[in-house]
Amino acid sequence: MSFGPVTAVDRLNLSVEKGEIFGLVGPDGSGKTTIMRLFSGILRPTSGEAWVLGHAITQEAEPLKDKIGYMAQRFALYGDLTVMENIHFYADLYSVSKKERIPRIERLLAFSNLTPFQDRLAQNLSGGMKQKLGLTCALVHTPEILFLDEPTNGVDPVSRRDFWRILYDLLREGVTIFVSTAYLDEAERCHRIGLMHQGRLLSLGSPREVKSWMKGDLWEVRCEKRMKAVAMLKNLSGVKGAGIFGDKIHVLLEDGDRAKKEMERTLKESGFEILSLRKIPPTLEDVFIATIPGQKE
Amino acid sequence: MIKKEVNHWAVQIEDLVKNFGAFTAVDRVSLQVKKGEIFGFLGPNGAGKSTTIRMLCGILAPTSGRGLVGGFDIYRETEKIKQNIGYMSQKFSLYEDLTVEENIDFYSGIYCLPREIRTDRKEWALRMAGLQERRTSLTNTLAGGWKQRLALGCAILHEPSILFLDEPTSGVDPLSRRRFWTLIYEMAGRGITIFVTTHYMDEAEYCDRLALIYRGKIIALGTPAELKKEYMPEAVWELETEYLVESLSLLKEQVGAIHESPLREVAVFGNTLHLVAPKGADLGTSLPSLLAGKGIPIRRLEQIDPSLEDVFVSLVEEKDRERL
Repeated sequence: MSFGPVTAVDRLNLSVEKGEIFGLVGPDGSGKTTIMRLFSGILRPTSGEAWVLGHAITQEAEPLKDKIGYMAQRFALYGDLTVMENIHFYADLYSVSKKERIPRIERLLAFSNLTPFQDRLAQNLSGGMKQKLGLTCALVHTPEILFLDEPTNGVDPVSRRDFWRILYDLLREGVTIFVSTAYLDEAERCHRIGLMHQGRLLSLGSPREVKSWMKGDLWEVRCEKRMKAVAMLKNLSGVKGAGIFGDKIHVLLEDGDRAKKEMERTLKESGFEILSLRKIPPTLEDVFIATIPGQKE
Repeated sequence: MIKKEVNHWAVQIEDLVKNFGAFTAVDRVSLQVKKGEIFGFLGPNGAGKSTTIRMLCGILAPTSGRGLVGGFDIYRETEKIKQNIGYMSQKFSLYEDLTVEENIDFYSGIYCLPREIRTDRKEWALRMAGLQERRTSLTNTLAGGWKQRLALGCAILHEPSILFLDEPTSGVDPLSRRRFWTLIYEMAGRGITIFVTTHYMDEAEYCDRLALIYRGKIIALGTPAELKKEYMPEAVWELETEYLVESLSLLKEQVGAIHESPLREVAVFGNTLHLVAPKGADLGTSLPSLLAGKGIPIRRLEQIDPSLEDVFVSLVEEKDRERL
């Protein structure tokens, strides 16, 4: 997919299984939103073809629209309409019959815990509740596949947990979910993920697989003055990368014992007291940092 | 009692209240922030974070209570406060149709920087933000992480002693977030006090001290380590299994079940489940057999140190239960 001279999505190949939750992960501007728009028939690809539920997106965008739900980053809710009015608006848009929609809406509201708020104006909802309303609207026509573009951006941890609980419930009902996210703990919750950078897919597999492909040994260090320790470690031979993770430091070392001994010795000699040291399996954030080349944005 | 002459505090507030009509957005909040400290202000959406920050910045008059920011009174000396603080919000107040340099020049004007130091400060801001080569780019062509560093540069052109950051990294990718926090550390290292709100719990760990606000009230205050140790009312267990979705739905039925079950909460956490139970309850014997009975093998089940997210969610849900 090209926009003028910019190739936003570059020869992408991937397939998503029915009933799985697939996560698209990557820095800002890596092409995640463009992919979402291509798959949901909003954008036409420059070249190539994709099939969603068996429909070719370049030729059968119309029949596809009834079968997919799409929640954009800035989902269009009408602030001066109530929760219930917004849902009815989307039900009209998707021509959901009056008879069908009543039980459907009732269930969706219960599902998202929005029943007590059905008469509240959308503009008076908190950020987390707006996201849940957006999701409810995207589900009103019972889609088979759901495209969610960074749905939990700027949402607090309590609401984020709630939102993912709803996604897992949907999964159990057989809905396929295609979600993009900048939160790597959320990516860990997906069945499979694709790691994007500058329009290209760098890595594709289950979180477990993607992590197993990372080269080197990862060590977790606890010590005081983490910032200074990281700055020093980064320049040490045998260190492939170092960064702060919460109250600890993660250091990616070349395989083998030598690099680890060198790290321990240097930390001690420079006056950093090592409170604990252990080898750990990488998180997706470790993989992300090790995989994305440089700091180009 | 707040004493004006004591000067190792950057922020001191006592019983701060803000009512909007019948609604109390901030309810008797008291806290103190040391000079040079990175202070994290956490809370769900709508808990009163932004209202508090706006009062501290002298933008919004409190209903009652007392407060000093940088030694200046939040009622009577708001102009002096504004000269001594920097403020950056999640909606960066940058002009999209101006270039990087023009935005910096604009803020130099707003802050009335003397002409002779403007060039120096501009070069410093460009260097800090890593934007020297993009100085003539239009702001709307910058990626999120760059815009955010430009906004930070603009907020500190006048060398404020206190910096208020309201969800500065919202919607920014992990690499840019890391780079941003490196800058924050550098500023704190130079003695600037940082008062920051965030929804990212890994970022909360980077703060020296944290306050958790909910429904307008402070419900926890301390270092990240203290919060995890003293404020977690329950024990957290981590369960690793191949069958995450199946285990989740099965265990969810146990929560709040009529029969005796110690489970209070089940949540997906990365690729594991976090289970919350009263301290002392031994899930290690009861749960594996329950799951095995349904044909679900587990890989690992052990009690773990709670994460800040566990503490945050637990405290908020405990407050919700108290209201019922």
